[in-house]
Amino acid sequence: MSRQLAFVVHRLLLTLPTLLVMSVVVFLILRLVPGDPVRTMLGFRATDANVAEMRRQLGLDQSLINQYLNWLGALLHGDLGRDIVSHAPLSELLAQRLPVTCELTALSMLLAVIVGVPFGVRAATGGRWARRLTEGFVIFGISIPDFWLGIMLVLLLSAILQLLPPSGYVSFSADPLGNLRYMTLPVLTLAVGEAAYILRTTRGTVAAVLGRPFVTFLRAKGLSPARIIYGHALRNAGPTIVTVVGIQVGVLLGGAIIIETMFTLPGVGRLIVTGVNQRNYPIVQAGVLAVATLFIVVSLITDLIVGWLDPRVVDGAAA
Amino acid sequence: MSVARVAISLPTQTRGYASNRFLLAGGFLLASLAIIAVLAPWIAPHDPGTVEVRRVLGAPDLLHPLGSDVLGRDVLSRVIYGLRVSLLVSVSAVAASLAVAVPLGLAAGYFGRWVDTAVSRSLDMILIFPAMLLAVTFVAILGPGSLIAATAIAVIYLPILARVMRTSTLVVGQHEYVAGARARGASHLRVLTTHVAPNALGPVIVQASVLSAFALQLEAGLSFLGLGTQPPTPSLGGMLADGRDVLTQAPWVEVFPGLAIVVAVLAFAFLGEGLRRFFDPLGVTE
Repeated sequence: MSRQLAFVVHRLLLTLPTLLVMSVVVFLILRLVPGDPVRTMLGFRATDANVAEMRRQLGLDQSLINQYLNWLGALLHGDLGRDIVSHAPLSELLAQRLPVTCELTALSMLLAVIVGVPFGVRAATGGRWARRLTEGFVIFGISIPDFWLGIMLVLLLSAILQLLPPSGYVSFSADPLGNLRYMTLPVLTLAVGEAAYILRTTRGTVAAVLGRPFVTFLRAKGLSPARIIYGHALRNAGPTIVTVVGIQVGVLLGGAIIIETMFTLPGVGRLIVTGVNQRNYPIVQAGVLAVATLFIVVSLITDLIVGWLDPRVVDGAAA
Repeated sequence: MSVARVAISLPTQTRGYASNRFLLAGGFLLASLAIIAVLAPWIAPHDPGTVEVRRVLGAPDLLHPLGSDVLGRDVLSRVIYGLRVSLLVSVSAVAASLAVAVPLGLAAGYFGRWVDTAVSRSLDMILIFPAMLLAVTFVAILGPGSLIAATAIAVIYLPILARVMRTSTLVVGQHEYVAGARARGASHLRVLTTHVAPNALGPVIVQASVLSAFALQLEAGLSFLGLGTQPPTPSLGGMLADGRDVLTQAPWVEVFPGLAIVVAVLAFAFLGEGLRRFFDPLGVTE
C-alpha cells in the first residue's frame, strides 16, 4: 500500500511542473501578440485613454515577472479576469461552458470504448472476415476528417431521414432527453475516429498477449477461450488500452473545438474560436487554460489507473 | 510496442516494392494528387475565383462536373486549387518539422546525457497541449493564414518526429560500425552524417509520411474554422465551411471537397504504412 501511495504522490508531483509550464504558455499568449495587443483588441477607434485603461486592467503596465506572478496569484484564487466584450468574469463563463465540453468528450469516449474494445477483441480472435471488416472500419475511421463526417451525418440523419436536430443545445438539467438528442450527432461525429483508434489498439494488444507462452499454458490447462480472452488477455492488454484512451482524450478535446463550432454547442472549444475571431485574448487564455488543464488532469488519472492495473508500473516508478 | 504492427495485418511482404500493396497504392494516389496540384492552372476547367451569378448552387453538369458553389464558382476547379494549397501546407509543414527534428533527435540519441535530457524535456512541453488546441493558440497569437497554419503544424509534430529520430539513432548508435568509425578517429560530425544519420532516417521518414496525413486534416480543420488559409485562396476546409448552410440544397458543395481530403489523407496513410513495412522492420515508429 505504501508503494502505491508513493506512486500516487510521485505522479502528483510530476504534474506540478507540467501545470507550471502550461500556465507560462497561457500567460504568454497575450504578451506574444505582435505589435500592441491592446490596440488590436480595441480596434483603431480606441482613444489613448481607453488603451491605457485596458492596459492597466490587464496589468500590462508592469514588468513581465510581476505580471506573471500577479496573474498566477489571481488564477490560484479562481480569478481569471474578465471578458473584454461582455465584462463578465471569465470564471463564470468557463463554469457554464466547461460542462458542455466535458459531456461531449466523455460521451464520445464512452461510445468509442463501447464499440472499439469488443470489436477489437473480436478482430484479434476472429477469422478473416472479422479482420477485414474491422480493418476497413479502422482505415475509414482514421482517414475521414471528423468535421466532414459531421456534415455527412447531418445530411443523412437530419436532412434526409429527419431523425435528429442538425444543431443546437439544451442543458441536461433542463431537459435530459432533449440534451441527448442534441448531443447524439456531435458525439457520433467525434466517436467514430476514436473508436477506430481504440479498436486498432485493442486488436493489436490482445493479439500480442494471445501470442505469449502463458496463454498456451492456459489453453493446455483447459480454460475456455472466453475465459482466456476476457479473464487474462484483456486484463493484460488493459494498461495499454487505458493509456491510449488517455492520450486520445487530448485528440477529442482538440476535435471538440471544431465540432462545438459546427454544431453550435456552447462549449469551451467554441468559446476559444469566438475569442480568436474577436481577438478577445482573455477569453482565448481562459479557454486554452481550461482545456489544457483538463487534458493534464485526464493524463494524471490515466496514469493512476494504469498503475492500479499494472503493479509493475508502480514498482518501476518507485525504483 | 507492437500495437500498430499487429493491427494493420493485411497479407503483404516486405521483400520488394512490387509486393508492397500499401506502398503502391499510396505512391500512385499521392503521385496523381501531386500532378493534379502542380498542373492545377492547366487542368482546372475554370478559374477558381470567377463568380457566376447565373450558376449559383448549380447542379453538376458537363460544363461543371462537380457543380458550382454559393457564388456560382466551379467546385471542381476550386477542389483542384484547394488540394494544391492543402498539400503544400501539410507537406511543407512536415518538411520544416523534419528539418529541425532530425538534427535534434540525432543529437539527443547520439550524445545522450544532458543533451538528451535537455532536448527531450523541452520538446515534451509541446505535448502538454492537444494538437488542435496548440494550432488554434498559434493562430490566436499570430493571426490566421496558411503560413501560420504550416508553422503551427510544424511545431506540433516536432516532438513526435524528434522522438522517433532519437530512438532510431539510439538503435543505430549501438552498431559496431559506429564504434569502429569513432575508433578510426572520425569526428562526431562525420560519424553522425555519414554513418548514423543515413541508417537512422528510415523510421523518421515513415513517421513523417503518416504525420502528413494528420497535417492535412489539421490544416483543413483550421481552414474550416476560418483560421487557416484565407479567402479568396480556395482551401478544402474553407469550402466545407462555406457550403454548410446550403448543405441540403446543394450537397455537392460539401461532398466533393470532403472526398478530396479523404483521398489525400488515405494517400499519405497508405504511403506511410507501405514505407513502414519497407523501411522499419524493427518497428521503431510503432
